[in-house]
Amino acid sequence: MSQFLQQLINGLALGSIYALIALGYTMVYGVLRFINFAHSDVLMLGAFAAYFLNPSIERTFGPQSIPGALLVVLLSALICAALGILIEILAYRPLRNRPKLTVLITAIGVSLFIEYTCQHRSVFRAETRPFPNLFPSRDFQWLGLAVNSNDLVVLAATAVLLTALWFIVQRTKTGTAMRAVAFNPQAAALMGININRVISFTFGLGSALAAIAGILYALKARGIEPLMGVTPGLRAFTAAVLGGIGNLPGAALGGFVLGALETFAGGIPAISNYRDGIAFALLILILLFRPAGLLGKPQTEKV
Amino acid sequence: MNATSTLRIPFFLLLACASLTGCGPGGSHSGEILVGEFASLTGKEATFGVSSHEGTQLAIDELNSAGGALGRKFKLLTEDTRSTAGESSTVVNKLIARDGAIAILGEVASSRSLEAAAVCQQAKIPMISPSSTNPQVTETGDYIFRVCFIDPFQGTVMANFARNTLKAKRVAVFTDVKSDYSKGLAKYFKEGFLKSGGGEIVAELDFNGGDKDFKAQLTSIKAAKPEAIFVPCYYTDAALICIQARQLGLNAPLFGGDGWESDQLVKIGAEAVEGNYFSTHYSPDAGSDKGKRFVEAYKKAFNGKVPDAMAALGYDSAMLLADAIRRCGSTDSQKLRDTLAATKDLDAVTGRTTIDSHRDATKSAVILQVKGGSFKYIETINP
Repeated sequence: MSQFLQQLINGLALGSIYALIALGYTMVYGVLRFINFAHSDVLMLGAFAAYFLNPSIERTFGPQSIPGALLVVLLSALICAALGILIEILAYRPLRNRPKLTVLITAIGVSLFIEYTCQHRSVFRAETRPFPNLFPSRDFQWLGLAVNSNDLVVLAATAVLLTALWFIVQRTKTGTAMRAVAFNPQAAALMGININRVISFTFGLGSALAAIAGILYALKARGIEPLMGVTPGLRAFTAAVLGGIGNLPGAALGGFVLGALETFAGGIPAISNYRDGIAFALLILILLFRPAGLLGKPQTEKV
Repeated sequence: MNATSTLRIPFFLLLACASLTGCGPGGSHSGEILVGEFASLTGKEATFGVSSHEGTQLAIDELNSAGGALGRKFKLLTEDTRSTAGESSTVVNKLIARDGAIAILGEVASSRSLEAAAVCQQAKIPMISPSSTNPQVTETGDYIFRVCFIDPFQGTVMANFARNTLKAKRVAVFTDVKSDYSKGLAKYFKEGFLKSGGGEIVAELDFNGGDKDFKAQLTSIKAAKPEAIFVPCYYTDAALICIQARQLGLNAPLFGGDGWESDQLVKIGAEAVEGNYFSTHYSPDAGSDKGKRFVEAYKKAFNGKVPDAMAALGYDSAMLLADAIRRCGSTDSQKLRDTLAATKDLDAVTGRTTIDSHRDATKSAVILQVKGGSFKYIETINP
């Protein structure tokens, strides 16, 4: 029983990372109806931004201070927001009125461009670098169950960001504009909404989320390198689809379900090397019965 | 970029190609002895590749300042495999076909040595792996050699260590199923540990190299209550596994093979890797006179850096080749192969080296422990 509970905790901890990354995918999809594959690379850039910012901030605030860590996260999020807006202006905006497939392929191109440029020896190089502990972490032991404080931080961050995003999208003027653009861009423009500004804002917000997720992921994985975003990015994208892409609480739910599936499969001795295979097979099963995802609503396509 | 500069690049490429084909294979017959090397200078196992390369380079420099061999100097041509699959066969093909290397040195990782071994065997060019320990590497063919011990020996050494030094009766094994090295070591460890009797493997779990979350498997391992955990894998994964094991309150010692030996293990793992053990080829603290001279020369050449086992083996791989070239008096690949195969009691930095009938080296292993952020010598185990 205690083993089952421990695996549940492990699954939630892993799932909350996926959930956090999935929020970014699903929000951009919700507004623009396209998957930003560069999201996982912005995540990596966020972790590297924190890696390079941390030494100078530690000098002012002292090592592993909470205000210092928050400042590192905030600055990295701002840097990545700027990068996300830049990527949108340079790569996606010129293709705004082309078929969706063109933008999708471009997104894959942008992703590969960032990954391989960053591996060059004059940029970040390909080797793994140890990521610093931004704030003190400790392990809690209780009735034979172990929880690491970093995992609790990730869980809390996911909950706070999910609520904040829901508030922005549903309750603010910018959010109303975002939903209007998602519903019908032409009509939104006729109503006086500046479409470019709304889309830039969406990308900036998504990239800031990616940066925060990247830093929290790096705290768990401890080593950062230019391809670090690929695997969690893929998992998170799957989690977003599982939860119903475009649906914010769905992305979080999808992340938790995927994390738990992987953990339970990985804990069984004879099949532990098939953990991904088992998790993804179950995913296919779920999608067969609920094609729109767990919380997604089936949509009729206009023909 | 303007129009003239875009035109200029293909032009220079053309020139470069012309000059390369012009002096390609022909270069090996006159002047320098061309030795090809492939190493993971960047990527996941970069610290291995860099150490190995530095050792090899030091050997070539020392050989050249002593006059080279056959009245000719050595020239080392190095290619980077970026720690990725598929790259080794490409770069080794290039070294043989384009550059005309007479022998190939490399790599650390068994998976990549296996790739290159097939190429070298087909071209009938002798290849010496400095530190690939999986038995299959030299089984590829009669042109493939190595200067290190192999996994059956290393696995047995760790099995004896677990029982005799750690006094463990219940051991768990955690294997990276993506790596030939890890699977081989796990297999020979289990055979060795069970053969001697009295011991029990209480849990066997697998992971994929490069994973970041191991808590699922470690929770199962913890439930089996092992007294020690054997984790044969490379240092990046090993460090993360040590951290997560401690986070789960799993306090049994973890131990691994030579894949652990990197300063990255301590940098990433910090206090979580303290007290854990691994086996390797060489320790600067256990060295002979020759070993001490090597440590001094290496420190001088590379800003005071202490050589690890990969550096010592890289050095020995070049020395083994030079020794064979001198003894056979030729760089002809057939003769060179026969002379390499007959190597006996070569006084190498990592111990006396004899090439056996499987073209593997027979030599001793050492056990190190992580202590205070560095590696402390525990014991030497002879074959």
